[in-house]
Amino acid sequence: MEKDQDKILNEVTQGEYKYGFVSDIESESIPKGLNEDVVRLISQKKNEPEFMLEFRLKAFRHWQTMKMPQWAHLIVPKINYQDIIYYSAPKQKVLLDSLDDVDPELRATFDKLGIPLDEQKHLSGVAVDAVMDSVSVKTTFKENLAELGIIFCSFSEAVQEHPDLVKKYMGSVVPYTDNYFASLNSAVFSDGSFCFIPKSVRCPMELSTYFRINAANTGQFERTLIVAEDDSYVSYLEGCTAPRRDENQLHAAIVEIVANRNAEVKYSTVQNWYPGDKNGKGGIYNFVTKRGKCAGENSKISWTQVETGSAITWKYPSCILLGNNSIGEFYSVAVTNNHQQADTGTKMIHIGKNTKSIIVSKGISAGFSNNSYRGLVKVVKNATNARNFSQCDSLLLGDKCGAHTYPYIEVDNKDSIVEHEATTSKIGEDQIFYCNQRGIKTEDAIGLIVNGYAKEVLNKLPMEFAVEAQKLLQISLEGSVG
Amino acid sequence: MLLIKNLRASVEGKEILKGINLEVKAGEVHAIMGPNGSGKSTLASVLAGREIFQVTEGKVSYFGKDLLEMSPEERASEGIFLGFQYPIEIPGVSMVNFMKTAVNEQRKHKGLDPISSSDFLKLMREKKELVELDAALANRSVNEGFSGGEKKRNEIFQMAMLEPKLSILDETDSGLDIDALRIVANGVNKLKTAENATIVITHYQRLLDYIIPDYVHVLNNGKIIKSGGKELAFELEEKGYDWLKNDSDK
Repeated sequence: MEKDQDKILNEVTQGEYKYGFVSDIESESIPKGLNEDVVRLISQKKNEPEFMLEFRLKAFRHWQTMKMPQWAHLIVPKINYQDIIYYSAPKQKVLLDSLDDVDPELRATFDKLGIPLDEQKHLSGVAVDAVMDSVSVKTTFKENLAELGIIFCSFSEAVQEHPDLVKKYMGSVVPYTDNYFASLNSAVFSDGSFCFIPKSVRCPMELSTYFRINAANTGQFERTLIVAEDDSYVSYLEGCTAPRRDENQLHAAIVEIVANRNAEVKYSTVQNWYPGDKNGKGGIYNFVTKRGKCAGENSKISWTQVETGSAITWKYPSCILLGNNSIGEFYSVAVTNNHQQADTGTKMIHIGKNTKSIIVSKGISAGFSNNSYRGLVKVVKNATNARNFSQCDSLLLGDKCGAHTYPYIEVDNKDSIVEHEATTSKIGEDQIFYCNQRGIKTEDAIGLIVNGYAKEVLNKLPMEFAVEAQKLLQISLEGSVG
Repeated sequence: MLLIKNLRASVEGKEILKGINLEVKAGEVHAIMGPNGSGKSTLASVLAGREIFQVTEGKVSYFGKDLLEMSPEERASEGIFLGFQYPIEIPGVSMVNFMKTAVNEQRKHKGLDPISSSDFLKLMREKKELVELDAALANRSVNEGFSGGEKKRNEIFQMAMLEPKLSILDETDSGLDIDALRIVANGVNKLKTAENATIVITHYQRLLDYIIPDYVHVLNNGKIIKSGGKELAFELEEKGYDWLKNDSDK
């Protein structure tokens, strides 16, 4: 019985990565290696104001004093930071005024990824900032959004056009000293998205950033900053893919969110970086710091993530619940297959009174992979009436994979209620047989069962992407069952 | 339709079926009765293709094809339906989604296009009435939180949706109160045609008051030890299984 099930699991989880192609795009790269001159060069290439260079240099100097964290349940091969190219940009004409100026090959690449840069062709109601390697290629619907006072542009553009906002908020949630990878990012980040929703504006479309790594031997270090002013609302989505390569590539990003009084920010991620082949060769090392600050009263930040890609994922989208009555949410589905490793979860820091948080984490492990949930719920002394509910479920497909749960709970306030529930289950041979008996093939049965298991989280995604995410879950597990 | 010859099967090295012979023709209802552990459910599972059972000997032909060569989903698509003794829960998967996937898989097998959503919903409504299934159940996850009776009715509902040629109902009566039993049996009777056949596996004669079998077989220790008409069921109810067991031991 066990053997049959493993055979099934093996077959279903060995799917192919769809986005592994490489585009033939001429790019301009700086030499490999990392030192102060490289940091200066990046800043200079981006024609940055002095405060940016200072920020980068401070971060770089701090990073040099740090060591890579070892506490995660991950086996990370040694990364040679001198062997990485820190800046690579597709060659373009000087400035992009219209879509016609975008390199056709670039457009074709994004078309192939299902992210048309042509506004007419685009999914209605979604504005996209497309980032290739180190730079933003094109932001759609920028003008329409500007009419409402919404700023949605590449980070580089924000630095030029809105330096005061960048200066005020950059590093306010994730300081450059935060952690090893955040410091590295702060020193060398090349682009990303910037989004500002003014007071009392409800952003009428989904904003989204699509990250694509194309060039070889480069690292991608992007930075996203979202600021929601009082009484505003925005829903943001991030997607990412990379070519299939035998070498590992490093991706170390930062996302900062600030939600002021009564503001609500929904941030959804469908992470599909190249996971490596089925023997564990290649794939992206994904070390990401994502954090939101519920700065104002009644504010709300909600993280939803579907993590299927990357060879290694190290990522804890968190909420600092500073404002009274603020709410933090974290909904996660993390799938690991073959030799993938994921150590992911969240931190909910309750500081304001009557703050609430909810954590729903669904891990799915197959093949030889390891999948860990790591989460902190912290309630400080003055956070009266704080409330947390956490649910961490693990689903195992096969018997060579691992699922681990590391919940940390620190409560210093006696009026608070913190609940934690956890389950671990194996996908049942009887469930698969039940589906088979109704005529459903094993592969589809697993897709059905896994999607059912993850439904609570998938339901939180914006409609168009929920369908995409469902397919992705199934593809990620193809070949894992037989 | 179905011809079983000298079927032997074991699980984890232990032989459960020890030479079964049975023929089922279109339009017939067969009841298989027998004490606990006699191999009734194993026979149902082997016919449905559950892989934990190894067939060690014998042949099963289904419409002239070698049934044992077919995967469980092929058997289902070719019209074999198993009503589970213990229906399985699939959390988060709605009955609508589950049934639609199943119906479309089977249509695909027959070379048909997927059913349209409106036709599908119409079909669901129609079949739900047949087993007096609560409309709300369709929106709930497969068998999750269903009562024992609801689960069994849900099996018959699925049978109605899939219109099988050969239905094998494994202890469909167990755990049902008399009203639920009547509803389930009614459903089965309404689905009966001259082209399909039903194998009813049961421990008690009770169900056979509602579903009248053409043949009754008594299974004991992996073998059919007696076959007869429906009157055999009454005899069993009266005398138990022991007189037959002793008979077969001679």
